[in-house]
Amino acid sequence: MEGLQHYTPLLMIFGLGIVFAGLFLLLAYAFGPKNPTASKLDVYECGVPSMGSARERFSVKFFLVAMLFLLFDVEVVFLFPWAVLLKTFKEAGMGAAVFWPMFVFLAMLGLGLLYEWRRGGLDWD
Amino acid sequence: MENFAIHIHESYLYGLPLSVVNLIVMFGAAFVVLLGFVAPFAGLLSFIERRIAARIQCRIGPNRVGPQGLLQFLADGVKSLFKEDLIPKVADKPLFIIAPYLVFLGMFTSFVVLPFSSQWIVADLNVGILYLFATAAITVVGLVMAGWGSGSKWSMLGGMRSAAQIISYEIPTGLAALTAILLAGSLSLQEIIAAQGPHPWQWYFFDNPFTFIAFFILFVALVAEGNRAPFDLPEAETELVSGYNTEYSGMRFLFFFFAEWAHLYVLGAILTTLFLGGWQVPESLLASVGAESIAARILELVFFQLKIYVLVFLVVQLRWTVPRVRMDQMMDMCWKYLVPIGFFCVAGVAIWMMLFPDGVSFVKYLLIAFSSAMVLYYFYKVYRNFKDSRAELELNPFV
Repeated sequence: MEGLQHYTPLLMIFGLGIVFAGLFLLLAYAFGPKNPTASKLDVYECGVPSMGSARERFSVKFFLVAMLFLLFDVEVVFLFPWAVLLKTFKEAGMGAAVFWPMFVFLAMLGLGLLYEWRRGGLDWD
Repeated sequence: MENFAIHIHESYLYGLPLSVVNLIVMFGAAFVVLLGFVAPFAGLLSFIERRIAARIQCRIGPNRVGPQGLLQFLADGVKSLFKEDLIPKVADKPLFIIAPYLVFLGMFTSFVVLPFSSQWIVADLNVGILYLFATAAITVVGLVMAGWGSGSKWSMLGGMRSAAQIISYEIPTGLAALTAILLAGSLSLQEIIAAQGPHPWQWYFFDNPFTFIAFFILFVALVAEGNRAPFDLPEAETELVSGYNTEYSGMRFLFFFFAEWAHLYVLGAILTTLFLGGWQVPESLLASVGAESIAARILELVFFQLKIYVLVFLVVQLRWTVPRVRMDQMMDMCWKYLVPIGFFCVAGVAIWMMLFPDGVSFVKYLLIAFSSAMVLYYFYKVYRNFKDSRAELELNPFV
């Protein structure tokens, strides 16, 4: 619990943000006209009455991007602790012990990216 | 922050327990940051952007409300208060209502960890940078919610595009930030700034060729994450009407724009903190006003702001200079260029650290000379463009 007091301002600003946004929405609700008609409540579709639902199937490419993101983001997260500590280890004279294993990891990441590239996983069209 | 709370406690509120005073001070600080800074900044930025845009296009821009149109943003804000708040019939109501909140909060909460001076920071988290990335991720959720919740086909396409774009560009962002983290050995924004110095050759920007490249990767990736032109595909007017915010009106619509402009500031702050030495002021200047005085803090704040405004101006100018990229170009740029180069930079900085722990001053001066040449060329091009256009509009800001 020791370090947690640093996070109190975060909670506050979250709360304040919600209050601030809510206040303005309330003001807008109080001042704004309330005069909905059928065509106002329709979604915009080039000026003609909307046809069908928007929540249909969409391109599979977006799922691919999501998967790529998951893979690479997790790998980048693994790099963070190493990046923070490399300097400390270097100054303690143990730089090589931390440097080389991560280099193998980086090389594997690079190979993975190359494989993805060659298989066409990075092509949008 | 803590000292200030103790000071307030001893001078004014000694009847209350210290923890309560602490809370009050923190709340006050948060409030000042919010109302006194973020909101006017986002508003003024909208004015400045319209003004710059006008000048680039040989127009005058907003100049009616207040002196030189400075109060235009207030007029716009008040106007949107008096607009009808419409929720489409086919919308998913809870998602539609929550989405602007999330976008707003994602931007707003990132201001908590920004170091305005060596002591003015609301919360100096030891995970500062990760926290900034996390708040950016909240925004993505908001945008996807807005796209899906609206029930409009344009919103859906815009929401999907923005999700794909922001999460893709999160990876080069992380990689480029890693280079600065490697050199500083910390995730705390204050410690990263403290590890740099006030002079350009002490900045991480010029530390070695890899950080030099990483700065530009981070710049491009952050512009893309903010859905700013030339990467504003999620709200491309010519093809998607307005993207994820097509169905929003009045105040909710304003929140999206507020977040966009606030992101500009965060962009400048991240780049300044990681690569441009943050609030560092030359020691001689600091000593002349007294290193512990309030004037020194204000001086630091001014230095920090100046660097941010230069970057913000660049992004605004970029928007009106470069045409919008295509979807496949944008994804190619991220995955086939920025990500591999980012990995290359991280590995390069690590090797550089192992080989030259104290840096190489020759390389630093070379990089500084190179970027000075770039800046000079930029000014030359701007000067040439002035000469070819209606110069009386562009050279005189008070037309």
